[in-house]
Amino acid sequence: MHNIAYYPGCSGQGTSTEYDRSTRAICQALDIALTDVEDWSCCGSSPAHTVNHVLSAALSARNLAQVEAMGMTRVATPCPSCLSNLRTATHKMKDPDFQSKANALLDTPYRNTVDVQSVLQVLAEHVDPEYIKSKVVNPLTGIKIACYYGCIMNRPPALMQFDHHENPMAMDNLMAAIGAEVVPFPLKVECCGASFGIPRGDIVHKLSGKLLDAGRRLGADCFVTACPLCQMNLDLRQGQINDALHENFKIPIFYYTQLLGYALGLDRAELGFEKLCVDPRRALGKIKQPAQTR
Amino acid sequence: MQIFDLAAADHAFIAEVQARSHQDIKTCYQCGNCTAGCPYTFAYDYSVSQIMRLIQTGQKDAVLKSRSIWLCGSCQSCTTRCPNNIDVALIMDVCRHMAREAGYATERAVKVFADSFLNSVSRYGRAFELGLMTEYMARSGRIFTDVDLAPSALMRNKLPFKPHRIQGRDQVARIFERFRKGGAHA
Repeated sequence: MHNIAYYPGCSGQGTSTEYDRSTRAICQALDIALTDVEDWSCCGSSPAHTVNHVLSAALSARNLAQVEAMGMTRVATPCPSCLSNLRTATHKMKDPDFQSKANALLDTPYRNTVDVQSVLQVLAEHVDPEYIKSKVVNPLTGIKIACYYGCIMNRPPALMQFDHHENPMAMDNLMAAIGAEVVPFPLKVECCGASFGIPRGDIVHKLSGKLLDAGRRLGADCFVTACPLCQMNLDLRQGQINDALHENFKIPIFYYTQLLGYALGLDRAELGFEKLCVDPRRALGKIKQPAQTR
Repeated sequence: MQIFDLAAADHAFIAEVQARSHQDIKTCYQCGNCTAGCPYTFAYDYSVSQIMRLIQTGQKDAVLKSRSIWLCGSCQSCTTRCPNNIDVALIMDVCRHMAREAGYATERAVKVFADSFLNSVSRYGRAFELGLMTEYMARSGRIFTDVDLAPSALMRNKLPFKPHRIQGRDQVARIFERFRKGGAHA
């Protein structure tokens, strides 16, 4: 049993509640105990680091100090943007001069004793794939998946220290382990347009459109992603992308946790397929029902 | 073609970018690998390798008034692929910090979005999506931003109407307060 502090991130309370819920559900099913960071606050996301790095580190470090106060040394988050900020704060605060500047903004200083990982990394590195396979009740046989990691889950490699920075395989391996056919998706780490959706929608339409186009060419029935912002750009904005690019994409964009939960036979209410904007039923219909043996 | 006066290099600017980014700007030999991998070049006025060259040659105004530094998505492709291990994305960030401090915002909507986001965090301790959208629309004047998405998002309960106010929101507000008073650089 792993006991890890859990940092949900703001989007998990709003635009990506289905990611948060399905993450909690699969961790419970795989004996990973998550304890929410007490009274956690926003990591500052992209806006903070584009304004100032000390401010950004302080906003992240408040949460890491909360983890220290809980007597824990490891925190996991589902969101790559939170992950990147929390890890950057940890990394930069190894420099004593930077650390004192960031701590000067905080009520409670951060002593830098916490290791930050993505939930995906916890699954990939601390859970035996054979154990996951043994728990599968609905193998994903018959569905073709493009695994999209987004730009910062693995980059830059010196900071993220997880998987491969050009060709990550953690989600591919996970989806293959639960029976899906994984297409070799060449744009795994290309940027979707990140947080420009609101101020410069045209940029997101172009970059996310390129991803959808590549997935379609490979015959993918759906994408899986590990990032709330990527998911939102590809799913919620898919209609805008179609209008802007004169396209007709209808590609469902799942969180990998939703399909993992489906394979593990978890309660559908915890998986939140109804939250997806692009109707996932056709893609889910590709999954062959297991032959009745009993 | 744009011509820059190399004799008019602003050496203090070069030194400041180096000091704030802890990167050795002169090791860039213009291979263009950063630009080759940059997904945003189509929207930039100067490509990222051109920004690097403009910094090397001390062209402060051109850099700080460029659109590119506001449109970098921090996707880390340049940093990951630089053969000389220059953290190029960090340099783009530092230039954006300096542009803000100098009062420039050539992509004003991008700046207003970031400000609205952080105001929301400062107020509640967490980002409140509907609130920050409202502030963004009011301050940018772009009142129809993404209204087409509203039915889809609201129908799926993806946009809570009320913010999550955390217990320690004063602690978070104090982070912003101390930052504004101290003007911390790094």
